[in-house]
Amino acid sequence: MPNMSPNKTPVTEQDPKVRARNFKEVTLGYTPEQAMLEASRCLNCKNRPCTTGCPVGVKIPDFIAKVVEGRFEEAYAVIKSTNSLPAVTGRVCPQERQCESKCVRGVKGEPVAIGRLERFCADYVRENCSSASIEKPVLNGHKVAVVGAGPSGLTCAGDLAKLGYDVSVFEAFHTAGGVLMYGIPEFRLPKAIVSHEIDGLKELGVDIETNMVIGKVLSIDELLERGYEAIFVGSGAGLPRFMGIEGEGLVGVYSANEYLTRINLMKAYLDDYDTPIKRSRSVAVCGGGNVAMDAARSAMRLGAEHVYIIYRRSLDEMPARKEEVHHAMEEGIEFLVLNNPVKIDGDENGNVCGMTCIKMELGEPDESGRRSPVAVEGSEYELDVDTVIMAIGTSPNPLIRSTTPGLEANKRGCLVVDEESMRTSKDAVYAGGDAVTGAATVILAMGAGKKAAAHIDEYIKHKNN
Amino acid sequence: MFRIAQKRILNDQVILMKIEAPYIAAKVDAGQFIIYRVDERGERVPLTVADSDKVNGTITIIFQTVGGSTQKLAALNEGDYILDVVGPLGVATEYEKDIKRVAVVGGGVGCAIAYPQSKKLHNMGVYVDLIAGFRSKDIVIIEDEMKEASDALHICTDDGSYGYHGFVTNKLQELIDGGAKYDEVIAIGPVPMMKFVCKVTEPYGIKTLVSLNPIMVDGTGMCGGCRVTVDGKIKYACVDGPDFDGHKVDFDELMRRNGTYRNQEKSHVCNLTGEVR
Repeated sequence: MPNMSPNKTPVTEQDPKVRARNFKEVTLGYTPEQAMLEASRCLNCKNRPCTTGCPVGVKIPDFIAKVVEGRFEEAYAVIKSTNSLPAVTGRVCPQERQCESKCVRGVKGEPVAIGRLERFCADYVRENCSSASIEKPVLNGHKVAVVGAGPSGLTCAGDLAKLGYDVSVFEAFHTAGGVLMYGIPEFRLPKAIVSHEIDGLKELGVDIETNMVIGKVLSIDELLERGYEAIFVGSGAGLPRFMGIEGEGLVGVYSANEYLTRINLMKAYLDDYDTPIKRSRSVAVCGGGNVAMDAARSAMRLGAEHVYIIYRRSLDEMPARKEEVHHAMEEGIEFLVLNNPVKIDGDENGNVCGMTCIKMELGEPDESGRRSPVAVEGSEYELDVDTVIMAIGTSPNPLIRSTTPGLEANKRGCLVVDEESMRTSKDAVYAGGDAVTGAATVILAMGAGKKAAAHIDEYIKHKNN
Repeated sequence: MFRIAQKRILNDQVILMKIEAPYIAAKVDAGQFIIYRVDERGERVPLTVADSDKVNGTITIIFQTVGGSTQKLAALNEGDYILDVVGPLGVATEYEKDIKRVAVVGGGVGCAIAYPQSKKLHNMGVYVDLIAGFRSKDIVIIEDEMKEASDALHICTDDGSYGYHGFVTNKLQELIDGGAKYDEVIAIGPVPMMKFVCKVTEPYGIKTLVSLNPIMVDGTGMCGGCRVTVDGKIKYACVDGPDFDGHKVDFDELMRRNGTYRNQEKSHVCNLTGEVR
């Protein structure tokens, strides 16, 4: 008998007042009992609409059916067969716009908590099952290089390794993980979990070389000369965007990437790490995506009295995951929607001492399909802040496209690929993730890495026949 | 892990290290930099590469011990290891075409970065006036190397204890007044020094290249911490630089932004010595 409750089984979370001042994980996850109860809400539909919403094709009803029976290890194996980072995606996917948006239970009431169940399976196996040594695939004698150890690169590497390829991943940072390590905060995605997933890839035989900036220390062509038969470029998001308003050069203006990297990767919030970070009193975060939420909630945890999200559209248009917006509100982040920064004000020493904002209203939809914000004349006002964090997006990293002849990029600097195969304009070179799409989600990057892996396999087999 | 192949103390604050980093040594060119991280808790710190040895696979860095991170590095010895070294980063210096004579101006530890520029130009057959400024005689570094890498070495000291008595800008002005026709000036050192060198050359329209040292985290074009305003536009020192046309750089903004953590640094307790600095 399915559980006909219209609502998701609630999950335990840290008290908002407490968690707003620590970096421990916000959501504690399901117990086995809660997971089985929630799993029994799944109707195991014949036409499986949920699966069409998953960029990496997780066999959702199949794994949930195993959870109902308490066979968690088997459930995990089902997820893992198509998704190389379940503990990550269970935490950071925008489920409400993907799998869960298609769930039949969502028609009357809430959809099945697919994300929470995925996370539960991954956590359960990590915590309870002695890591049965992974069987190393038999090597097929072909070498592939992956540039960037973020979600797209790791997924591509994992899929290729399973097929028997000798895969080397080159990472510019000193730690693999990409945005999972430098961007997403500990309270949303504990770094130990990311490390665990990466260790799993290493056990599969994937070689990860850190401190290697491809495009500088070795070019794409040099990698090809070194015998890599194909290359996947997942070099990620690049230069942060700024608004071009007055005062962006003041002391106390951060890009969200810098702010988050100092905190997440360089552990600036811990006293015994050397990297400094500003301890702010009042912070404005400009933008409405997940990165803006992460920066705002991090600023709160570093002790700020006021943290504002300044977003020029309304809450309905906000691109961040609903759950993160909800968590941020609970933690006391102040949402100034339909507001836009006009100018950042500085004191005589060049430090940020305020920001001038203007009220906005929504007009006709623009090319993004969202209603375009229009400034309300004469509605400027002063906001008392000492730190401003810009979270309005990035443009792709120029290092590889500028040092690789024959690699085509569009006018925004994104690598051009054939969307079916993820093949670039250069023979044997594939690409995916933010380097292709511009700032997007972890799961879309993983989907691209997966697609590329399948086509790289096809390409190498075809070439050698 | 990157092994320290050689350590030489140049003066009581400045240290030279040769580090085994064959990949970087094979690729690095004058003007480029690396980022190091001494240990797990260390900062990522950018340093310009002073020299490289492709045969032995080593790069040379010369640094001044100013804060906790450089102190940690300075405490290491030959045979010890640095956890992370990444590079070469930034764009190698591009010189004007058909240059015949340049002035390379270095200030203090900045001379370590001016030196490879001077050496490269000198080897290209360009006439190089190398103007090297120090506060006093006892902190003069790499004099022999600089002499070898230039046509005329002009050491200046602020207190007159050695060489020319005065600032590098005074010496540069004197050389220009004396008829030296420079196709380009390259200035590397403290930000105020680079700013004032640019003020000297501006009236003559001499193209002046400066090597900027903003705060930086990743060094590959992701964090945006190294942004500088050049000709009214945002540029990133890690991918667009570190060299820029000095006449277009907003030096005052750079100085302010470089001081972002000065207050925190002041009250920082050194993990190494227990000292409060």
